[in-house]
Amino acid sequence: MAKKKVDLIVRRAFLKGREVDVHIANGEIAEIRDTETEFDPGKAEVQDAYGLTMLPSMIDVHVHLREPGYEYKEDVQSGLRAAAWGGFGAVMCMANTKPVNDVATTTELMLEKAREHWPDGPRLYPIGALTKGLQGEELAPMAELAKAGCEAFSNDGVPVKNTDLFRRAMEYASDWGKPVIDHCEDPYMAVGSGANEGVVSDRLGLHGQPDVAEALQVARDILLAEYLDMHIHLAHVSCRRSADLIRFAKARGVKVTAETAPHYLILTEDYLEEPETQYSSFAKVNPPLRTEDDRQAMIEALEDGTIDILATDHAPHAEHEKEVEFDIAPCGISGLDTAFATTWALVQEGVLSEETFNRAWVTGPAEIFGFEYNRFNVGDPADFFLFDPEEEWVVGADTMHSKGKNTPLRGRTLKGRVKTHFLRGKKIV
Amino acid sequence: MKWLHKDLLDVTQLSKSEAMSLFDTAAHFQEINQRPVKKVPTLKGRSVVLFFAEPSTRTKVSFDVAAKRLSADSFSLSKSMSSLTKGETLKDTVLTLQAMSPDCIVMRHWSSGASRFIADRLDCAVINAGDGRHAHPTQALLDSFTMFQEWGDLAGKTVLILGDIKHSRVARSNVILLNKLGVKVRLCAPRTLLPHTVRSWPCEVYSDLSEAVKGVNAVMCLRLQLERQKDGLLPDLREYAQTYGLGQRHIDLADKDVRIMHPGPMNRGVEISSELADCAQSLVLDQVANGVSMRMALLFLYMTRKGMEEE
Repeated sequence: MAKKKVDLIVRRAFLKGREVDVHIANGEIAEIRDTETEFDPGKAEVQDAYGLTMLPSMIDVHVHLREPGYEYKEDVQSGLRAAAWGGFGAVMCMANTKPVNDVATTTELMLEKAREHWPDGPRLYPIGALTKGLQGEELAPMAELAKAGCEAFSNDGVPVKNTDLFRRAMEYASDWGKPVIDHCEDPYMAVGSGANEGVVSDRLGLHGQPDVAEALQVARDILLAEYLDMHIHLAHVSCRRSADLIRFAKARGVKVTAETAPHYLILTEDYLEEPETQYSSFAKVNPPLRTEDDRQAMIEALEDGTIDILATDHAPHAEHEKEVEFDIAPCGISGLDTAFATTWALVQEGVLSEETFNRAWVTGPAEIFGFEYNRFNVGDPADFFLFDPEEEWVVGADTMHSKGKNTPLRGRTLKGRVKTHFLRGKKIV
Repeated sequence: MKWLHKDLLDVTQLSKSEAMSLFDTAAHFQEINQRPVKKVPTLKGRSVVLFFAEPSTRTKVSFDVAAKRLSADSFSLSKSMSSLTKGETLKDTVLTLQAMSPDCIVMRHWSSGASRFIADRLDCAVINAGDGRHAHPTQALLDSFTMFQEWGDLAGKTVLILGDIKHSRVARSNVILLNKLGVKVRLCAPRTLLPHTVRSWPCEVYSDLSEAVKGVNAVMCLRLQLERQKDGLLPDLREYAQTYGLGQRHIDLADKDVRIMHPGPMNRGVEISSELADCAQSLVLDQVANGVSMRMALLFLYMTRKGMEEE
């Protein structure tokens, strides 16, 4: 077979512990070889990556891109820009737009916006509503949505209260081979919160959301998944009780997968009580930031595979929406810009292994949701980014690419900055 | 004395000696309140905004009287009178107020942390007159001041706080301040009206009022918000009154000189019997009177802070 013509060579990149030249042909990895001293690129374009580390493009299965309806918070273009600069080659966007993504035209609009602004990526995979209008009363037209391009279904943000309807939704979704993603929250126990129920919320006088509000729904979902013998994916798991239940379920062979978000690995409820950040709505997120024990449990569960993957739950909001009283501020943290640096730092600190990082952001989400990904084998899609592991940057309005600057990391210095990103061998940023 | 705090957001900011200084200052103003002409020129030319985004009678009037007795100009603003009803944010409302150059904004707000939110954004002094469930520092100060006037040294005394602790900013601030002053604090309420982590608080916790009241030097009753029944936290008011309403039979178990306190407004016959509210041991009206003196002390210290520093 004739050798493919190399059209891009990434020179002197640090990949898996060695300095290499990566040859790319027709958007695929053609060859990886030790950096040559005598170098003739021929007609290939050359990207000098000296001092930069190369990683496969990450996949974020849980973002809120806000378009249509809330373009002032984020739109498909700005969200994908943040994704590209954040190291993400693909994102799955939730259905709580306005109108809700419960008809094919909304799905098609999202995909058209992505094609229009980012013809070469990052790839956008819409998630359709599980119930019409996210109202939890009637099934959404999942066949239509799947045909239009939805890759999963979820009522994220507004969990389905009616367990029987939720069961029917799981059954119906399975006909189209699309996973159901559940936002685990007992809607009666979790009313009006944004802080964890515990010593901090009690001291601050905040209405707290107990961790059992999450774990109860996790238990429900596990029992349903076992009973129906169907896969379910649990979104943004945040506490030890949930991790213990998922571990138990996996040991029984239940088809359950789960994600947690970077903020549950690096922050706790204590943020809300620290002198500089007391009552800061930037840390108001649902589920809430939990205790140090829960944070440790998330790290352990991610490391041992109980929690399969990471997802940002990127929830951008406008500045004026967060600059209000804690009780009325919307929940959510803008996460696409900071996810890579914060979790890569955990690898550098020895908290997470590099294998876990790769599973959490690349192989895990690809395998759960059925996407292609780059293992750096010959023939793999040339989806990768290059980052400077030494560059420090301060999280702030001028350094974030998302429209949403709402993050409790504002003002913090992070280490590790994405410099460029390629998808199918084409530079996207 | 130099008063270096810009704002009073919670009693956690105050040391024991600062609280004692406030008691001294309040005692000084108490004397003024007993004169035939109850007005001094201390804060003449200074202005204070009373911004109450939640209904209040006694706290608002108390601050207003305190300001006027010190000759400060006071301006009242309620939620219904403000542009908050037109959708203006709290930030914009208080920045608008600040642009009119007040020396102090006294704010009550329904959201915990609201006073901190505005204090971070304003140059003038902010006094928290109650924020959500979080804190009511001036109430705690006037409560302790009232006890101090009764007993002198508070160390070693035992005070029972009775009622809806979970939703009470008064209870939160009193627990902190009374502990600083060496008071042993007991709490009594049904489990549904106690914070989830109350066992970690520096208090003894009771569910049986007859046990809780034994030997205490004061009982501080809290108002039961009648909507708690609708929230599913209580079966009904009758059962609450029978189980947790303070009556003479409880008082008989307390210290013989027990004092009865209530921050008001009272639900007579619910959390406290009408007889006890009016009895000789009741300090309810002393609390109201001392509230004016304490708030005069606070306005004086917080509104003259810069001047004193310059001196």
